[in-house]
Amino acid sequence: MQSETKSRVDQLTSNQGYPVVVLRFEGDIASTSKDAVLGAYQGLPKETAKLILLDFTGVEYINSSGIALVIQLLIEASNSGQKVYAFGLSPHFTKVFTMVGITKYANLYPNQAAALAAL
Amino acid sequence: MTDSKTTTVEVRLPTRLGYEKVAMSTAASVAKLMGFPEDRVEDLKTAVAEACINAIEHGNRLDEKLSVGVVMRADTDSLEVKVLDDGKGIGKQPPKPDIDRKMHGEEDPRGMGMFLIQALVDEVEWVPGTDGKSSYVRLVIKLDRRAA
Repeated sequence: MQSETKSRVDQLTSNQGYPVVVLRFEGDIASTSKDAVLGAYQGLPKETAKLILLDFTGVEYINSSGIALVIQLLIEASNSGQKVYAFGLSPHFTKVFTMVGITKYANLYPNQAAALAAL
Repeated sequence: MTDSKTTTVEVRLPTRLGYEKVAMSTAASVAKLMGFPEDRVEDLKTAVAEACINAIEHGNRLDEKLSVGVVMRADTDSLEVKVLDDGKGIGKQPPKPDIDRKMHGEEDPRGMGMFLIQALVDEVEWVPGTDGKSSYVRLVIKLDRRAA
């Protein structure tokens, strides 16, 4: 019933010339999304992937279990000295991420261009 | 069931994660018919989804022999949604989630459903079943909240 979560990784460069790894998600982010969210993140090389950008443009539904996976990703990234940013959330999920405090640990941007300009 | 002022829509869900989206979509359709603005429809969708997830996971404990009832009652100025399960209901409210404690491993990253429900609707109450089961959560979202 839940739309399967897909994820893929892109390598980009920020406007200031820093390498940025983009994790792009598609589908629902729920309790069944552990592999697509945490698994994809854990597959990144920790030595070189220092700036991580989460792309939620293709995500329509995120529930509290999905938010918990994002928080777990933030915890692991923090412990590994990585910085995480996000873009592409709908206005509603931007509000929800702000309400639960995620914005304290991951800046949100409206789109990829705005994120790359800020990094 | 319809009279001059209220309309009731009922949905029965299997106790299976993912089916909360059926209740979510139905509640959104009712809210749109009532004239709720898009941002309030989105608030309602998340609140109803979280209430159904709680009913599936905690109320019915993922027992697929049980079902979750969702009763939506539309009045002229508000929409009430009751989500019923076969659990005993909650003993006490969990504390408000604390992102700093979660980030430092002092609090489970999960456990935000009830907080989101409370934050996104105008009224909420968790009602234990009188017979130790058949508990429900009742949510209300008001059409004129901004005008109040």
